[in-house]
Amino acid sequence: MFELSDTVLTVLWTIVKIVVIVAPLMLGVAYLTYAERKIIGYMQVRIGPNRVGPKGWLQPIADALKLMFKEIILPTGANKILFVVAPILSIAPALAAWAVIPFDDELVLSNMDAGLLYVLALTSIGVYGVIIAGWASNSKYAFLGAMRSAAQVVSYEIAMGFALVGVLMAAGSLNLGDIVRAQEGNFLTWYWLPLLPLFVVYFLSGVAETNRAPFDVAEGESEIVAGFHVEYSGMTFAIFFLAEYANMILIAALSSILFLGGWLSPFQGIPVLDPMTAWVPGLFWLLMKMSIFLFLFLWFRATFPRYRYDQIMRLGWKVFLPVTIFWLFVEGVAIYAELGPWFSGVLGA
Amino acid sequence: MDKLKKLLKVWTLWELLQGLSVTGKYLFKKKFTLNYPEEKAPQSPRFRGLHALRRYEDGEERCIACKLCEAVCPAMAITIEAAPRNEGAPQVNGAGRSSNYGNRRTTRYDIDLFKCIFCGYCQEACPVDAIVETRIYEYCFESRTGSVITKEELLKIGDQNESQLAADLEVDGRYR
Repeated sequence: MFELSDTVLTVLWTIVKIVVIVAPLMLGVAYLTYAERKIIGYMQVRIGPNRVGPKGWLQPIADALKLMFKEIILPTGANKILFVVAPILSIAPALAAWAVIPFDDELVLSNMDAGLLYVLALTSIGVYGVIIAGWASNSKYAFLGAMRSAAQVVSYEIAMGFALVGVLMAAGSLNLGDIVRAQEGNFLTWYWLPLLPLFVVYFLSGVAETNRAPFDVAEGESEIVAGFHVEYSGMTFAIFFLAEYANMILIAALSSILFLGGWLSPFQGIPVLDPMTAWVPGLFWLLMKMSIFLFLFLWFRATFPRYRYDQIMRLGWKVFLPVTIFWLFVEGVAIYAELGPWFSGVLGA
Repeated sequence: MDKLKKLLKVWTLWELLQGLSVTGKYLFKKKFTLNYPEEKAPQSPRFRGLHALRRYEDGEERCIACKLCEAVCPAMAITIEAAPRNEGAPQVNGAGRSSNYGNRRTTRYDIDLFKCIFCGYCQEACPVDAIVETRIYEYCFESRTGSVITKEELLKIGDQNESQLAADLEVDGRYR
């Protein structure tokens, strides 16, 4: 008999877990594009894709097939290696960050203590893919898009980081699971209420970080064609696309975990409803919360026109940053005063 | 006070929320989309689609080669050549000639549909209601020269759609 050593077993088991996380994620990405086209269509009083399969349900599959069979064009002036590496660099962090996302009380691939830092680091690495893509394409528009994206992500990273500082001050932990557990109680003890400005800043920075409308200057169709990915086609383009949507889902998941109590039931602590819905798995609540944020992403895109470039910078540096710092100060005072129910006991821990 | 109001408006993102509410309302509005091959937009009897040449009930073609349509056509899409007709020529020990003998008839009637702008002037100019525009709009060409339709094709389209064409002209005739 062939015996597997413990190490090999662990590795295999981890790979299985990764597949279990990534496969639904990819499916989620595919159907997020479908939802986007449908919802934006509905908001524009159209009905969106409805030709492929019943009600257009197979549209994302058809899109994926099309992209797979299209030619990958390498521009003559491009840096061949970096040109191909760039999309990989942008999707890898978007997927790797899922390692620390807790789906339920015990349902997490890697229960690491510095989870929040890890996520922050990985979401920042994503921008390298964009910058390298812009540079390697050897094209003006791509380069402009990359520069814009770099400046934007750097600006919003700071506000985002400070918003996260607020969360970890309140929770006293960098472990995402512990942060959720610290919010336990009822839906009023979730951090969205005491950290409301940070919540808003975090989500809006998340929209900016994923280069989504109204912060999509990096793509800016009407100005610079498609920004950093003008020169990309076929599967290389599809990877960028995938990364953008995977990042959207990631930001939605993080916002729900950090501010809306992750897998916690919204009926927790409510007399009749709580026992009635006790059988619902935590994963369900997390997915519900995520879909709210994803809907917001799409709703924003259907509603707001693109920010002017200097306005984006102004919003990041002159509004979000002071607001977060001010609220950190307020929060500090609240923690010192042990303002219940959110901040009592944080000081002792 | 106004300043305070403005401050409140800015920091509650009031105007952004208003914008969101507009798109939010439109999300549930009735959709305008027409599922084209299954649903089609209604057509007026004046619809100006593909052309056709009509005949009289006895099968005689209406066109008298007056070339008014060719003259009025702003896109110069119509080309007509005419000649006296010699069909039904007198027989040798003739029992009389056809009543059509020597009448002016077109020998060529081409419309270049790439040039045509479907203004309907040819139909308006025609004194005998010969050239008309049908309700047909679903057609295509498979070659560059395919855009020119000839007299035979035009007559065929006319024959196939005569009942519809006659009905449409009847309805519209009151206003002409």
